[in-house]
Amino acid sequence: MKNANTVVPSYKRKNEWRAYTYFFWIVPFLILSFLFSYFPLHGWIYSFFDYKPPRSLSQCEFVGLQWFTMLFTNKTQLSQLFQVMKNTFAMSLLNIAASFIPVVFAIFLNEIKCKWYRAFVQTFTTMPNFISWVLVYSVAFSLFSSGGMVNSILQQLGIIAEPLKFLDSDSHTYIWMLMWNVWKTLGWGAIVYLASIAGIDQEQYEAASIDGANRFQIMRNITLPALMPTFFIMLMLSIANFLNNGLDQYYVFQNAFNKEHIQVLDLYVYNIGMTGSSYSLATAISMLKSIVSVVLLTIVNVVSKRVRGETII
Amino acid sequence: MKEFRLKKREKNNSSDTAFHIINILLFGIFTIICIYPFYYLIINTISANDLSAGGEINLIPQGIHFENYINLLQIKGLGTAALVSFGKMIIGTTLTVIASAFLGFMFTQERMWKRRFWYRFVVITMYFNAGIIPLFITMKNLHLTNNFLVYVIPTIVQPFNIILVKAYVDSLPKALQEAAEMDGAGIFKIFCKIILPTCTPILATVAIFSAVNQWNSYQDTLLYITDQKLYSLQYLLYTYINQANSLAAMIKNSSGGAISAAVLATKQTGTSIRMTVSVIVVLPILCIYPMFQRYFVKGIMIGSVKG
Repeated sequence: MKNANTVVPSYKRKNEWRAYTYFFWIVPFLILSFLFSYFPLHGWIYSFFDYKPPRSLSQCEFVGLQWFTMLFTNKTQLSQLFQVMKNTFAMSLLNIAASFIPVVFAIFLNEIKCKWYRAFVQTFTTMPNFISWVLVYSVAFSLFSSGGMVNSILQQLGIIAEPLKFLDSDSHTYIWMLMWNVWKTLGWGAIVYLASIAGIDQEQYEAASIDGANRFQIMRNITLPALMPTFFIMLMLSIANFLNNGLDQYYVFQNAFNKEHIQVLDLYVYNIGMTGSSYSLATAISMLKSIVSVVLLTIVNVVSKRVRGETII
Repeated sequence: MKEFRLKKREKNNSSDTAFHIINILLFGIFTIICIYPFYYLIINTISANDLSAGGEINLIPQGIHFENYINLLQIKGLGTAALVSFGKMIIGTTLTVIASAFLGFMFTQERMWKRRFWYRFVVITMYFNAGIIPLFITMKNLHLTNNFLVYVIPTIVQPFNIILVKAYVDSLPKALQEAAEMDGAGIFKIFCKIILPTCTPILATVAIFSAVNQWNSYQDTLLYITDQKLYSLQYLLYTYINQANSLAAMIKNSSGGAISAAVLATKQTGTSIRMTVSVIVVLPILCIYPMFQRYFVKGIMIGSVKG
């Protein structure tokens, strides 16, 4: 102990010692946290080099801001990035626009008084949330591929002669992606709201129905306002994650036909980094993305603090 | 007057009934949309393969047989993939549950040196990441690529789980720990004898979430694994789906000659392989999900309050 020769009451010394041993026990986990969350940030320097994988970084040429300037001046690069940003914005905006659906789902499910039916609906509509995107794709393939269920039924009924291309075509890609996402997450997303509804004071409902309010007035004036705080948090979180569409969904549905409209930012980074041309360019893009995301999160946090007096993080 | 009021109520009632019927119907339809795909997969895997490949099985299984599941054993790589998936699910879940329990508990200990700082240090990692390329390079430098450990080590410290456990431990009465300390119990003894048993509900939630995540993840294989022996089931399924078209085409071309219907019914097609593997992959989830549903719900409730 450093200050062992100064006079310290023994209980205090014991406490101090304990403070360090407690810390000591969590050090291994802090190291893991550092290793897989903070340490990778050093990889951002790759965006200032022309990194060619087999070689080490020191053997690669330092190019400064070349990748960043290329992103915004090179014409083909710029138009590609523009398309990717368009996709990212479209998917994020559509998903945000669809975020009211779980609210409606919860409000109307709450109107069903039959308990077992509610439990039944809730159990089975939340299930898709727990299967992987690969499986969703497998389902999509079974139902909508050219030999899939929908096409064979339509052909058997003689409505179409040639199979419709749902998956390997570029039409309505945004809507399809949105539909799959809604299918997967709707039931699960509604659970939070159902719980909030369960927490509403029943007297409010009784008072309203005595005053002669009809079902829809009650929904609009009592249930909906009670759900708004939760909705607000969810909205803020999805705004903070505006650029993070994730790779999972879009990677599995991607193919040569729909590539133009399905490439969101995360997928684009993967495609040019891991399979394609340049580690460095991909790093540069994902670095910009991370910075914008942190800025968005900060803004959202400030807004949240202003509006409800509480931060999100 | 009386008659009029009665009529009005009756009208109300009938529109009420209409509302309920429509409401129940709509939810019924959506529920069917959620269930049917799984049902469709299952009935197709146990139906005659020539019928299912022709897309003729939509509602009722026909020509029931279980050859598809038996034949799966012969597919190379599937056994190892299942082993990898189960392995990473069990080991990964165990590790993260232990770590989350311990860290969640330790972060409630106010006497810890710079407790608040270290708590933030861990939790803040939820909100940023370096991006896949830097992560890949890091894993490579740590010799974790093409290594089973890449599935289970990076997922040990999960901020969200730690928040859940910490909130739970915070809600326990402080006297519990103090009494144990009076009796001279050390921190580990308190953790094992008091915290772990009382935290079972929240730890079950954490366990079930991370088990599902481990089972479902394919990005880890996609990014860090090129060695086929280390493929997870999910990733293998993904490669099967992509091969299914060409596989099916090949089989169609080669079966031009006279093959008896009995052979055709059990002959493996691209479709049958793909669907059977899909069922294998989804079955664990379908089985455990109804049993553990309340833990899922509990998890999201605590999470939405705290997160």
